[in-house]
Amino acid sequence: MTRMSYKFEIENLNAWFGSKQALSNINIKIKEKAVTAVIGPSGCGKTTFIRCLNRMHEIVPGTRVSGKVLFGGTDIYAEDADPVQIRRKMGMVFQKPNPFPMMSIYDNVAAGLKLNGVRDKKRLDEVVEHSLRMAILWDEVKDDLNKSGASLSGGQQQRLCIARALAVEPEVMLMDEPASALDPIATGKLEVLIRMLANDYTVVIVTHNMQQAARLSDFTAFLYLGELIEYGPTKDLFENPKNELTEKYITGQFG
Amino acid sequence: MDHYTLRKIIDKSMRILIYSALVVGLIPLFSILGQVILKGASSVNISFLTQPSPTVGEAGGGVANAVQGTLATLGLASLIGVPLGLVSGIFLSEYSEAKISSPIRFFNDVLSGFPSIVVGIFAYGLIVRAIGFSVTAAAFALAIIMIPIVTRTTEEAMKLVPATVREAAIALGVPRWRTIVSVVISGAKKGITTGIMLALARIAGESAPVLVTMGYWRWWFAGLNQPAANLALNIYIFAISPFENWQALAWGSALVLVILILGINVVVRAATKEKYK
Repeated sequence: MTRMSYKFEIENLNAWFGSKQALSNINIKIKEKAVTAVIGPSGCGKTTFIRCLNRMHEIVPGTRVSGKVLFGGTDIYAEDADPVQIRRKMGMVFQKPNPFPMMSIYDNVAAGLKLNGVRDKKRLDEVVEHSLRMAILWDEVKDDLNKSGASLSGGQQQRLCIARALAVEPEVMLMDEPASALDPIATGKLEVLIRMLANDYTVVIVTHNMQQAARLSDFTAFLYLGELIEYGPTKDLFENPKNELTEKYITGQFG
Repeated sequence: MDHYTLRKIIDKSMRILIYSALVVGLIPLFSILGQVILKGASSVNISFLTQPSPTVGEAGGGVANAVQGTLATLGLASLIGVPLGLVSGIFLSEYSEAKISSPIRFFNDVLSGFPSIVVGIFAYGLIVRAIGFSVTAAAFALAIIMIPIVTRTTEEAMKLVPATVREAAIALGVPRWRTIVSVVISGAKKGITTGIMLALARIAGESAPVLVTMGYWRWWFAGLNQPAANLALNIYIFAISPFENWQALAWGSALVLVILILGINVVVRAATKEKYK
């Protein structure tokens, strides 16, 4: 496999909250235009891991990161790397839908562009429609673009957040348990959407739901107590786990 | 009596207790408002609203000069106090990891507990001794009273904006300052406005610091470096005077002051109204 087919190459990644180490020595390569799931029990560091990929971990006071995260070959933790520029290349979707409450549906999707200075109305209109279509939300909201984003249902809000992230044309989508606050039907729609996104984007998804990881992902990483226990193609990891801990976890013996 | 019935009875009596407490709490508010309207309304008419304060023995007279002076003083005080309070509040809420935050917060609380006359004397020493009794000196004193209120309420309002909303903006690659300005402040607008209104209402009613910085002035507004009449001081001066028409003016001034604050409140709220609830 050539080097460039990896979107992320992570070397010796460590992360701390104060004096508590949340990630220890993670080495992993994440493939481009595929869905990589990160699974593990609560508190294993999966959320910290995904937040290290777009330098969101460091916005919490008292946190620290060491190691390398090569994104398309460039270390995002290099001295001269600008976290704001880096985050623009990555879309992030959070556990709970978090549309901007004071903004309309339209403005929510346009927010990333507008807040970074884009004023061209025609371009914004195109981006908003395109992003909402990609997020499979356009047909549901096209007549209500001026309504509050918070007026939508939970599942719609989460797809709105995905549209908002897509609008800035990121190269990857980082999703932190995006379905954990959704009902099964909304989750189903979201999973269809994530599969579609993998055609164009590199998707990294954190999930506590093993079935979801098995259904959705091409590769799965299993984290436990801040360490990467096992990583490989999803089918292999679930059918022939190499590590005893992985086997115990996926068979529900702890979690 | 079984547990369920007992619980119902307790629930009901607590409800009654809470409602009665509310009513008792509202009695002073409505009796003051009622009194001000009852006694003030009779003296409010066109000449009352267009004429300046009367001299001793003069019939009639009004509060037009005091409205002028009050608006000028409140305006200038807000011009100084609101931006400073806002910026400090934003700093305390958004940069709370800075070491200097907690001393600032502490001294801000101390400042808000200062007796207003002390603030007045301070302004006297600093401004009145330099440029004389004036609107500027009074506005300076009132601004100092405003700052801690605006700071505190701004900080609280901004902290209520969920961290998840901030993170959403930061994850979009929006710089921190832009996130604060366009996302956090716009989410906290209602609370911030309330804080500014509270501060404005508080200083509109201050008379002690005004007395030592502006003095009493009976004539029209003559510039920011000159003294001006003031509604709160009108109430004080006229109410303790022996003349009946002056006492009526005090009630009228009180009513005008209340309506003025209410009016500013309504206008500002309408102007900063949120699109979505």
